[in-house]
Amino acid sequence: MFKLILRRIIVAIPTLILVSMLIFSLQKILPGDPVLAMAGEERDPAVLTYLREKYRLNDPLPVQYLAWVKQVGQGNLGVSLRTDIPVTVLVKQKLPVTIQLAVMAMFFSILIGIPLGILAAVKKGTRLEFGANLFALSGMSIPNFWLGIILIMIVAVHWKLLPASGFVPPSEDLGLSLKTMLMPAAVLSTVISAYLMRHTRSAMLEALSADYVRTARAKGASEWVVVLRHALRNALMPIVTLVTILFGELLAGAVLTEQIFGIPGFGKLLVDAVFNRDYAVVQGIVLCIAIGFITLTLIADILYILVNPRLRYA
Amino acid sequence: MKKITVLLGGLVLGAAATASFAQTLRIGMQEDPDTLDPARSRTYVSRIVFTSLCDKLVDINAKLQFVPQLATSWSWSPDNKVLTFKLRNDVLFHDGTKFDAAAAKANLDRDRTMKESQRKGELASIQQVDAPDPSTLVITVKQPDATLLAQLSDRAGMMLSPKSFQGADNAATVGRDPICSGPYKFVERVQNDRIVLEKFDKYYDAKDFAFKKVVFMPIPDTTVRLQNLRSGSIDILERLNPSDVAQVKADSSLVFAPVTGLGFQQFMFNVANGPKAKTNPFSNKLVRQAFQLTIDRDAINQVIGGGIFIPAQQPFPLASPYHSDKFPVTKPDIAKAKALLKKAGMETVKAELTFGNNTIASSTAEMVQAMAAQAGFQLSLRPTEYAAMLADDSKGNFQVDMRGWSGRVDPDGNIYNFVTCGGALNDGKYCNPEVDKLLKEARTVPDEAKRKAIYDQAQTILQDDLPSLYTYYQPWPFAVRKKVQGFTPYPDGMIRLKGVSFSKN
Repeated sequence: MFKLILRRIIVAIPTLILVSMLIFSLQKILPGDPVLAMAGEERDPAVLTYLREKYRLNDPLPVQYLAWVKQVGQGNLGVSLRTDIPVTVLVKQKLPVTIQLAVMAMFFSILIGIPLGILAAVKKGTRLEFGANLFALSGMSIPNFWLGIILIMIVAVHWKLLPASGFVPPSEDLGLSLKTMLMPAAVLSTVISAYLMRHTRSAMLEALSADYVRTARAKGASEWVVVLRHALRNALMPIVTLVTILFGELLAGAVLTEQIFGIPGFGKLLVDAVFNRDYAVVQGIVLCIAIGFITLTLIADILYILVNPRLRYA
Repeated sequence: MKKITVLLGGLVLGAAATASFAQTLRIGMQEDPDTLDPARSRTYVSRIVFTSLCDKLVDINAKLQFVPQLATSWSWSPDNKVLTFKLRNDVLFHDGTKFDAAAAKANLDRDRTMKESQRKGELASIQQVDAPDPSTLVITVKQPDATLLAQLSDRAGMMLSPKSFQGADNAATVGRDPICSGPYKFVERVQNDRIVLEKFDKYYDAKDFAFKKVVFMPIPDTTVRLQNLRSGSIDILERLNPSDVAQVKADSSLVFAPVTGLGFQQFMFNVANGPKAKTNPFSNKLVRQAFQLTIDRDAINQVIGGGIFIPAQQPFPLASPYHSDKFPVTKPDIAKAKALLKKAGMETVKAELTFGNNTIASSTAEMVQAMAAQAGFQLSLRPTEYAAMLADDSKGNFQVDMRGWSGRVDPDGNIYNFVTCGGALNDGKYCNPEVDKLLKEARTVPDEAKRKAIYDQAQTILQDDLPSLYTYYQPWPFAVRKKVQGFTPYPDGMIRLKGVSFSKN
């Protein structure tokens, strides 16, 4: 198994290099000039020229790329052109926020999505299944930003139950921190739990019609034992992959949700950086996201092996 | 007994927590500021933060007159070439060092010479800065500069502790940890989330500042910003959406506090920038004049602006003494517009209107498209992302664009760079030597009446040539919670916290 994991890690390295090259060249295709975007209203040609030189924007792309790689190799992700804050500081500031949001959203999603999926499969053809499908459909089709604004209006403004937006670090006030995150996590989990429900349902349906389930039933096992021990264990395999990938997406930034609820996470940072052509930040954040994704895929692979012993000898 | 003590302790703690909460003012802003170095900052929102953080040599009042801040008085020499300031001698920077004339000189020299300084242009007329004694600052200019005092009432006049900008990589460190001498000192910044300032107890005017803490929170979505205000998560918001004005007025817990600003929205025509200008119908003056006659500025104000988009005909705001009665707002006249187009040899005009995409800009563009169509203009709309538009425009890749300007106290800041031949913001490359001559002369005349006469002359030419068409003055619509007392909106859109407090009940 160790060899297998090592092999996966080795494969991850060229992926990372490719991704980094892609990030680098893609953002140069963006129309607009970072220096001009930075200057905004005020444009002193001498300053613009100086800044272009300072940030090596006039150099050919490969030269810029190599300089960046060298810098990253030294653990320096650069400094935000807009705010002077080092990108590593930004990552340290934003990562815990996004992780907190992602973990809470994933927690809700698993809590709702998987049981609902199991129920929908077991109670196929009943009103319960219809209800679960309706939930999944609305979860996928209601836009997050709309749901967010409606929730803010009802829960925060009318009922005054939760803060409208913002972020409180858990170290400062755990209760308030969880309270502020409750709405955005709930909004985010609508889509994720819908996905989980749909996938659990179809995986369960497939498992329930498998031979080993029939055998288990024939041996006289109770229905719940059949469903939970025999069918679910096998159905969980693709779900594990899905959960890790969805978690990766959550980390990559629940852009609109973060925007609406004013959560200073990765997504919001990235969007603002793109709009301001803050290259150093875009590159740094996308690189972190890419590393995160690659790590998560690796974890998914390992979990897969753990869940399914047959793969250990592959 | 123990229980009672715990209970009492809890109550006291609770009360203390409420009190400290009550002394924190939260301000919701539309954007996250850029760098917090006054010499390099470029955004409007960063100026709002600086207003509480960094004192300037002089400030302005609501009537746009200059009032003392770090300088108690000032005077020009008879030939208008030497400006002498008398400075306060009871001012400390947030790091405890003393503010004096030498510190002011160090700041002005940094602003004038640092390669990345965005203030260089504003201070270009300065030849030399001297500090003959700790409370006297003497600025010698190359030629009389009527705009200088106005520049020093903004970022160019903000004073940082000289200790903070000594050293190798000073630019970036100043930007992330500014040390000024204002009523509040910098505590922390989480990008896109908050900037926290704390009261500076050694501030010379500390008793007039009620809040222990001021937190600036960027909340870009206007609806969400308003919901935060209504739910009490913030106390003041800037740039309320005009369509929400009625909602704020109807809410008894809120107060609507708008002010007409110093800035404007304009159409800029590509008159002579690059090959695209050659095929641009708007490079013909008659076409521009015809276009102006199709636009009903008052309708834009009523329909899109909720009554706060005050129609503009000239770049000088209503509050400015340079605003001239000679140029009333043009009323639409479709017949005359058609006649002008005919005179220009065009029955129909096909052109492209570029604008930075947001709700207000796109509805304005659509409205203008419909209005201009009545006279035969077939405008196609090109909404684009703002940074991309700026890059395109400076290359001359546009026919007519719609853009805003946050405005300056001195009239020069609202006109010079837009219409003079080499002007940094003159993307349309309009060039008229007569206008250049007048605007250059206006820079050197300190007498208000004489200066206004020169601007009137320049405007007479510009109103005929129309390199730019002003639509409305940029409003600064603030909304505040009722418990916030003493808040006055200023035409420059800044939030001045002197005398602002929470009501007791």
